[in-house]
This record gives sequence, C-alpha cells and structure tokens, in this order.
Amino acid sequence: MQHSRWRFHALIFILFFSGLLLSIFRHIEYQVPWLPGESLTTWSLEARVELLAGDDPVSVRLARPTDQPGFTRINESTASPGFGVVYQNTPDRIEWTKRSATGTQTLFYRTEFLVDNAQTGSEPPAPSLPTVVWQEPYNTAAEQLLQSVHARSADPISFAQQLFLTLKQKDNPTGQNISLLKNAQPDSATLAVKLLNQAEIKAATIRALRLEDGRRRQQLVPLIRVWVSDNKSVIFDPRSGQQGLPENHIIWQSAGLPLLEVIGGENSSVNFAIIRQQESITGAVRAQHDNSHDLINFSIHSLPLEEQALFKTILLLPVGALVVCLLRILVGLRTSGTFMPVLIALAFIQTSLVTGLVGFLLIVFTGLMLRGYLSQLNLLLVARISAVIISVIAIISLFSLVSYQVGLSEGLKVTFFPMIILSWTIERMSILWEEEGTKEVMIQGGGSLLTAIIAYLAMTNEWVRHLTFNFLGMQLILLSFILALGNYTGYRLFELFRFKSMVKDKQNAN
Amino acid sequence: MLTNPFALARMGILGMNERNICYISKYNKRRHFPLVDDKLKTKKLLMNSDIHVPELLATIKHQFDVRNLFQHLPKTGGFVIKPSKGSGGKGILVVQENHQTEFVKPSGQSLQIDHLQHHCSNILAGLYSLGGKPDVAIIERLINFDQLFADYSFEGVPDIRVIIFQGYPVMAMMRLSTEASDGKANLHQGAVGVGLDLKNGQALHAVQFGEPISHHPDTGQNLKELKVPDWTSLLELAAKCYERTELGYLGADIVLDVKHGPLLLELNARPGLSIQIANGCGLKPRLKLVEKQTLTRTPAERVKFSQTEMALL
Repeated sequence: MQHSRWRFHALIFILFFSGLLLSIFRHIEYQVPWLPGESLTTWSLEARVELLAGDDPVSVRLARPTDQPGFTRINESTASPGFGVVYQNTPDRIEWTKRSATGTQTLFYRTEFLVDNAQTGSEPPAPSLPTVVWQEPYNTAAEQLLQSVHARSADPISFAQQLFLTLKQKDNPTGQNISLLKNAQPDSATLAVKLLNQAEIKAATIRALRLEDGRRRQQLVPLIRVWVSDNKSVIFDPRSGQQGLPENHIIWQSAGLPLLEVIGGENSSVNFAIIRQQESITGAVRAQHDNSHDLINFSIHSLPLEEQALFKTILLLPVGALVVCLLRILVGLRTSGTFMPVLIALAFIQTSLVTGLVGFLLIVFTGLMLRGYLSQLNLLLVARISAVIISVIAIISLFSLVSYQVGLSEGLKVTFFPMIILSWTIERMSILWEEEGTKEVMIQGGGSLLTAIIAYLAMTNEWVRHLTFNFLGMQLILLSFILALGNYTGYRLFELFRFKSMVKDKQNAN
Repeated sequence: MLTNPFALARMGILGMNERNICYISKYNKRRHFPLVDDKLKTKKLLMNSDIHVPELLATIKHQFDVRNLFQHLPKTGGFVIKPSKGSGGKGILVVQENHQTEFVKPSGQSLQIDHLQHHCSNILAGLYSLGGKPDVAIIERLINFDQLFADYSFEGVPDIRVIIFQGYPVMAMMRLSTEASDGKANLHQGAVGVGLDLKNGQALHAVQFGEPISHHPDTGQNLKELKVPDWTSLLELAAKCYERTELGYLGADIVLDVKHGPLLLELNARPGLSIQIANGCGLKPRLKLVEKQTLTRTPAERVKFSQTEMALL
C-alpha cells in the first residue's frame, strides 16, 4: 500500500512537471505569451459561386485576394464536392474543374485575413497598354473630353483625378460628350479605364470588398488602379474620384482580369459573406507556424479552422471538471447529476450568464409543473422521460417565439440548452421533490446552479481560455490537480458545519 | 459558524473523503458490492443461514407480473414493497393493514390496488435504482416489531444500524422515525438517532437534525431510558455478515421482530457518517484499533472484543 502511494505521488509530480515544462517550452520557443495579449482582428471572407451546369465539362475561375498593405492572408480553403481545385498564383485566382456536372452547382471559397499593419504586399506590375478604338461619333467625343482634361492636368495622377471629376459632373461644357460615351459604355469604371488608356495612361479595373461584420450576399466594389510608373500605382474610387483605397475595403481582385469566368455553365453569379473575428495572439501564432507541424509543437493551431473552434470548447471541459471536483471534494456541495453543472455552464457560455440563468430557471420550473401533471397519468419511466423531453422542446420553442415577438432576441438563445440533460434534471428534481421535499430540491438545485455559475466564470475567464487553448501542457497540470484532489482525505467544508455540535458538546462536557 | 478541523481530528471524527478512500475503497472490493446493493441477492445469500431476514413473499420481475400483482400479495397481514436496488430508503412502500381491496399505509392513508401497481411499474422501470437501471420489486412480510419501542417511534419501524469493520461491530445507533422525517428512518430527513452503548445496548446520546435532544419530539418518551434487549445476539448477527459478504466496512440495518428476534433488514456498503453524531464520538479510534488486530476471531469473540475494548474509547 505504502509503495503504491509513493508511485501515485510520483505520477502526480511527473504529470505536473511535464505539463509545466511543455508550457514553458512553448512559451520560450514559440513566444506564446502567458497572458492574453491585445486582441487581433481577422476577417473571414467567403465567396459563393452559383451556376447552372448543363452536363458538360465545367471550368470555373474566380479571382482570389492575396497579401496586400494592411492585410495578411492566413489561410484559405474551398468546399466544392466533386470538383478539382487548383490555386493559381499568377494571376491570383482559383480554378474549379469537373468533367461532367448537371444542375445547380454551388462552390465555396473561404479565406481569412489578419489585420496586419506591418504587411506591405507587393505592387502589381503594370499591364501593357491596349489600343483603344472608338467608332464615330464616340471617337470625337472622347478626344474632345480628353483634350479638356489634359489641359487641366499636369501628370497621370492629376489627369486621372480631373477625369473622374469630369465624368461625375453632368452640367459642364463636355456634358453632352459624356452622355454620348456613357451610351456606348454604360459601366463607368470600364469607361474611365478606356479613356485613361486612350490618353496612354496604364490603368485597370480592380475589385474590392467592403468589410462589414456579419454581412452576407455582398457584391464587390469596382475601383481603378492607375500606374504612374511600371511599379508605382494609385487607386481611385471612380464614384467619388477620391484617391487611395476607401477605408475598410480589401482588394479581392488586383489584376484587370474578369472576376468570374465560367465555361460549361450558365446563369453564374458570385456573392460574398464577411465575418469579423477578434482573436488573441493565437491568429498570429498560427500564421507564424503554419508550416511547422513538428511533434513537439503540440498545438491545436495546426488543425483546420472548424476543429479548432470545437477544441476551444473541449479543452475548457477539464476546467469545469476541476471546479466540480473542488466543490464536491473540498466543499461538499451536493449537485443533481455529477457533471450536469458543467453542461449547464457550457450552455451559459453560449447564452451569456443572465439570459442563461433566467432561461434555465424558467424551463426547469415550467418543466416541473408539467411533470407534476405527468406523474398523475401513471406512465412508465421511459415514456414519461420522453414526454418530458417533448415538453422541454415545447417550452423552449414557446419561449423563443414569445421573446422574439416581444422583441427580445436574447430569448432565442434558450435553444442552446442540452435538452436531454434538462429533461433528466427535471425528472430527478421532480422525484426528489416528491420524496425528500422542497428543501432537498433547493439544496441540490442551488448546488447545481452555484457549481454551474462558478464553472461558467472559470471557463469564460479570458486568461483561463488563453492558457487552455494555447498550452496543451495545462491539461496535464489540470489532470495532476484532479488526481491530487482524488487523494484528499481531509474534512469537507460542510462537515465542519455538520459535526459542529459534537465539538460543542465535548467542550461543554469538559 | 464553522468548527475547527483540528478539533474534529482530535475527536477522531471520520470525514466523507477519508471514509471513501481509506475504508470503503480499501476494504470493500468492488465485485462484492452487488451482493449488498441488490437486496434480492442479499436475501438469497442469507436465506439459509443463521442470519435471519424478513420473509420473502414474492418478487415482481416483469411488467406483465404487475397486472397480476393482486395474486402475489399475501391474503392477510401487512407487507412491504421495495425496490431490490434502491438506495437511501427510496421507493419503500409499507402496507400495514391488508383489507384485500384496500391497503392502509402506516400513516392511515388508504391505497387501491392500482396505486400498488403503479408503484411496482416505477420500481421495474428503475425509478428508484442507482443510475435508473431496470429493477425488480420485492414483496416481503411486514416486520411485527417489538412493542417495546412503540413509544419511541412515530409511524415507522425503529431500526438499529451497526457499523461492522472487518467483522468487529464498531458503533451502533437506533434510528427512530419522527413526524418530521415522515415515518422514514433517515437522519438527514429528521429522524432521531440514538447512539447505543456497544457493551449493553443502552442509549448514550440522542440527536435530531444534528442537535442533541433528550426526549422524542413526537411521543415525548425519554430517550435515555431506551435499552435494546438481547443485545449480544444482535451484535453477533451483525458480525456474522462480514464472513458472508466479505465486505470490510459494512453497515447492517437490523430490526427486532416479536416472533423471530433480530432480523437483518439490509446491508450497506457505504454506511453514512451521522452515526458519529448520534454517538457523540468519532469512529476513527475504533477503526484504528481494529486495524491493529492480527488474531483471527470468530464472530462471538469479535463481539466480545468490541464490547470490552470499544466502550473505553
């Protein structure tokens, strides 16, 4: 016995120190800070291409964004079942191909950009100057227009600026010429590029995406890039004539090629969705170590984005388990169901604390009322629990509907509660109520809620989240804590209260 | 508000964590647990031995038996329906008077056969068993308990809990149900716990809700006068359970029947700690004393040892 105790303590010690060493190694080698740093912003951009394929070989080319001043691309992926995918670099675009496709096809391209002020990007090379040919009477109109702009400008940049100003104005001497040209070329960006090219200034249409969190079905904004020399260019917004990239825009397509090319399909369209993510230093770590999947660098960041989000929650569960251990072993709090409070705490993370608490209490109380009626029906246990589950779903739906109608969007979050767990909680509470009375229900219910709240506070703590997600060694340290707690033979906090009268008696007797 | 943990340690009071690690998991082998967790197994184990148990009338194992429940019930006399794997006294239904179509509980509430059937269905579905596992309902003869204690108990049957450590009785108490405990004998529900002297079965100290009391709250009987007759044979009955179950740390619940004497009601592999409050002393010195014993003794010798040595601690 003595021997195995010794081994047990050694195990705890080894777990603790290997966890600590692993974390220290990660801190020193990969410069992951101990404290959550200032949060970085990443933008997740998603392009959705839809087309109607007609049983022929299909080939789709979509321009894709790349590193540029202020933004660094940290990853990209596609979702397109059955299609072959090629990422092309010059020009930056993505190509989907399939031998035979029928019906509506939906292709996704997703990329993430880190807001990075250190990023300068590379200047796109100037395209060759195309020959511009107008038919009469447009040619005369264009030449007249260009002459007047030329007279008012000094260099390519001021020329472009004047041109945009002129194109914008309607009531000036060249107004008639402009309306004439717009008849021939309705798209003002293409018209401007054509006119610039005619004046022997290298220019191209580029497209940018306006970054706004949570937007879907967005379209790109056309902008014009004007080259001053072969490797220096300036961006203009043709709508306002303003110089420079408008604020909160990211350039999606930098070359003058088409945005979307489809061969073998029709009715094609593309639209964009945007999500902003506030990440801690993790994003930067991921970008930094994108290619180093060595074994020592035990990092969740080498997993795909979706799994990472999953692990973010999974890695927090040991923290919740530790809270339950502490409260049950050291304090002696009674809960209904051992780890039910952790699951409730997970639901609270989704709903936020106050909404979660109110929702939980409402559901459990209404459920208890319904369960009271069900117990009169003399049902078998499994059928009764199933009936409680359906009641819980009904309660949740009702609360969601009512709160939505009243205008409380918070109420919709009750759907995050684990319904089966809630049903069992209601069933257990109800039996407890019948057998042990209200007091015991309050003790266990209160104990569960208190545990859930403490677990929630621990699991939402920014520092705890940072440590568990970035240092896998923390899991070993947590495990060693839990093992050590499992070996605790001292009194529980509640026992000091429970046996209080005995000590008092003894003192009185003496 | 709270007491000093060192004062508790000086008194040798056993805490929950220490009980679990140092006694239950150390001395009770997991594979022996089902013997006591399943009352039907306990009953079958002890049925043909010198440890007497209440008479088993019938077992209801399947849902279709529930429809014929009436045929399984005794024609006359009281009976008890209980889940085989219940814990903490849950799901025990006592029928005191049997008028065939009408069944009267000790509280005077009368039940119809469909109430009993519903109760059996609940037991079979696992409502009262640990982990909600499907269970079996046991019907056994109601104990005709000694009228000696009638004044000490409100409705329920007073039972005697003996803690047996490695076959030695180490502590005993009588549990008296009260109005507050709704006829149940669980101390945390408000039953009165009376610590008994291992030497002679004389009451030492009584508590309700953790506070010392001198008289029964409902009947007003002086608890100091309580003395269990035939004490040594009761302890021997308890001590014999150790050989039968091979569980080192065991709680035995015993009742006194007028005709049959001490009957073993059930065994518990995780007996509670409130027995210490009822006795006003800690378990640890006695457990340590037993751990020091190297001689192999017969149940009678062990009881004798406990009666002479433990009383001093």
